[in-house]
Amino acid sequence: MQAIELVNVDAIGEARRQIEICNACRYCESYCAVFPAVHSKRAFSDGDIQQLSNLCHNCRGCYYACQYTAPHEFGLNLPKALAEVRQESWESHTQPGGIAKLFHRSGVSLSLFVVLAAALLVWLIQIAPKSSGEGFYSLMSHNAMVMLFAPAFILPILLILLSLRGYWRTIGGESIRWRHVAGAFGSIAKMKNLSGGHGDGCNFEAEDAFSNRRRLYHQATMYGFLLCFAATSVATLMHYGLDMQAPYGFFSLPKLFGISGGLLLSIGTLGLASLKLKADRGLADARVWGGEMAFVLLLFVVSTSGLALYFLRETSLLNELLALHLGAVLAFFLLMPFSKMVHGFFRLAALIRDEQCKA
Amino acid sequence: MYSAVYNQEADNNMVDLRANYDVIVVGGGNAALCAAISAAEAGARTLILEGAPKAYRGGNSRHTRNFRCMHGEPMAVLTDSYSEQEYFEDLMKVTQGKTDENLAKLAIRSSEECYAWMVEHGVRFQPSLSGTLSLSRTNAFFMGGGKALVNAYYRTAQNLGVDVLYEAQVTHLEREGDRIVSIDVTYQGEQHRLSPRAVVVSSGGFQADVDWLADAWGPAAKNFLIRGTPYNRGVVLKDLIGQELESVGDPTQCHAVAIDGRAPKFDGGIVTRLDCVPFSVVVNKEGQRFYDEGEDVWPKRYAIWGRLVAAQPDQVGYVIIDSKSLELFMPSVFPPIKADTLEELAGKLDLPTVQLQETIDGFNQACTEGHFHPTELDGLATQGLTPPKSNWARPIDTPPYYGYTLRTGVTFTYLGLKVDESAQVQGRTGPIENLWAAGEIMAGSILGQGYLAGFGMTIGTVFGRIAGREAARYASN
Repeated sequence: MQAIELVNVDAIGEARRQIEICNACRYCESYCAVFPAVHSKRAFSDGDIQQLSNLCHNCRGCYYACQYTAPHEFGLNLPKALAEVRQESWESHTQPGGIAKLFHRSGVSLSLFVVLAAALLVWLIQIAPKSSGEGFYSLMSHNAMVMLFAPAFILPILLILLSLRGYWRTIGGESIRWRHVAGAFGSIAKMKNLSGGHGDGCNFEAEDAFSNRRRLYHQATMYGFLLCFAATSVATLMHYGLDMQAPYGFFSLPKLFGISGGLLLSIGTLGLASLKLKADRGLADARVWGGEMAFVLLLFVVSTSGLALYFLRETSLLNELLALHLGAVLAFFLLMPFSKMVHGFFRLAALIRDEQCKA
Repeated sequence: MYSAVYNQEADNNMVDLRANYDVIVVGGGNAALCAAISAAEAGARTLILEGAPKAYRGGNSRHTRNFRCMHGEPMAVLTDSYSEQEYFEDLMKVTQGKTDENLAKLAIRSSEECYAWMVEHGVRFQPSLSGTLSLSRTNAFFMGGGKALVNAYYRTAQNLGVDVLYEAQVTHLEREGDRIVSIDVTYQGEQHRLSPRAVVVSSGGFQADVDWLADAWGPAAKNFLIRGTPYNRGVVLKDLIGQELESVGDPTQCHAVAIDGRAPKFDGGIVTRLDCVPFSVVVNKEGQRFYDEGEDVWPKRYAIWGRLVAAQPDQVGYVIIDSKSLELFMPSVFPPIKADTLEELAGKLDLPTVQLQETIDGFNQACTEGHFHPTELDGLATQGLTPPKSNWARPIDTPPYYGYTLRTGVTFTYLGLKVDESAQVQGRTGPIENLWAAGEIMAGSILGQGYLAGFGMTIGTVFGRIAGREAARYASN
């Protein structure tokens, strides 16, 4: 009789071993998008496993429901196995990979990078020619900011698009139709894959107790971020299209978007960080815990310093707050391809691919 | 002898074994939890003594996936309708009449209201799983399976103030006349004697006690695999039957199916099933066929194959298929043994090469032309072959060839305590006034032989609720 090989050589191999056990069981079918995708196949290529890993939102429902977790000899821990593959799929598709690995895995490096960026801004503000603009534009002109931030935003986005192209090839993606995109955004809008399938949420911060806290905090973070992004986009349009110069009043679109988005983003990121402290680190990729935590806190610094900048603009702290906020934003932009931020892009791709496979 | 113990596993609750519990529930699976929740809701101070560690709590309920539920019209995840009459007829078919009609009908009728009760107490349901469409009308599937159900019930019970001790092994219930006066339990290496007002026993059958199985089956039982928990050793069952309580069910029988021979000795659960027998040729270790592989659709035949394999030398069988059939059945947890020739496959499976070749050649020559239909009885039968293959008989001739070993996997035992309609345990001269039973430990009353998917969970839920309620009522008087 042949011995069963339980030793695994790598993350994908381990995930495949576990997925094949799941495919013979199927009890978790309704929790999320991962299981129907598993049950539609009999064999799993490396690309299939990477696709499944990016479909997984680490809600952990399957772990606590599983009759085969340790100490059972099958030793299932699918949230962890998929988290490790997912992490490696991001790092392997991003150029330069070494930088991605550094910032994903080291919260200290990420934090130092933010400090450096803030210091750079302090220096830039000092040397920048003082303009006649109002508010903080008197410290740094609109044009100077655009010269700095336009490339710092566009180049990282290009890098992310490159890595997505590689991912799309790896998983065998096909040409994208409108309905695939609509389906994927529908799922993201409701964060359906953190609902547990029954709407009670995930098993994240208190073992097998279901809760929607993580889903709500993530929604606050995501919608808060999108509102802030909308604020900047609207302001850009107003500046160049309508020749309406900043600063804008409270009842203007940039301010309404920016303040509500900043509040949501601050609350959401603080909530996510606190849940992350309670959650079992053994059900995710423990190698990137620090990098993920630093990233969440970076978003918190971005939003909170932005709010402070608005509310304390008349005080003597303006100079320092501006440097901190712009430094954090600069660091965030530059780190987008090399931090947890990529999860959103890969997940969108994975959900689009999942829609294609369902069709 | 008495002491307060710090119970780390039960969410750091202090469990005071000196406390006067109204109801003690022995066991920690579905029936035990339904009993404890019902007792606590009726106001009883309740303690669960679960023999397994927390990671393995829940007995065989951990491995279940659905319960069979009567309903008059489409209800949540259940399609169409499933009447009391049809449900009862299904039960009569599998048990061939070995049932207690009153208890059976009580379980069936109560199953419908169980659905809402389960949802209220934290269980979530999902539509019938892919590959199990035939059950979508009769069986409601637990989202995440039985362990998720068990988790939800433990949370509900603990929120109701039920105390839980894990790794608490009950060794003896002391009977005086028509009363249980105390319970002996071993916990953290110490003996404790507890005296609750009422007791519910729901500690399962004895299928994990291989020596006991061997008493009934002979030494062949040593080669059986136990599909579920290693903690159902029947200690309480044996103790009570030894004290002249009425028993039901054939003490020598167990429900056994044929499973992947590479499954672990215990706790392999659902994934070790193999659904490929109808598309295969099955031989014993001598390379000889021994039964009609295509007698009926697999859900109706997998149970008899446990016994068929148990009767073969070394209690092992070998399933041989070719590449034509590889994707016709649910994926197996371990990949099949693969070979390009039958000779190579015989080598890998350690089967006599010449005999295997002869058996397959003989089978192939007996195959006839006809329409093959994998999901229904297609009548594609062998001609002039003994034993015949009555359906799905296609030659094994398209490499690569695949093989699996088959072993007997024991699911549960039939021997149990006799109860009445209030789940009260019966002595020779009448009921034991403060003892109730629920779950596998009394299921033999209703399921005297055979098996009906999801009915064990129905029995556990219905009688667990009754037992908990009755025990609490007794304790409050």
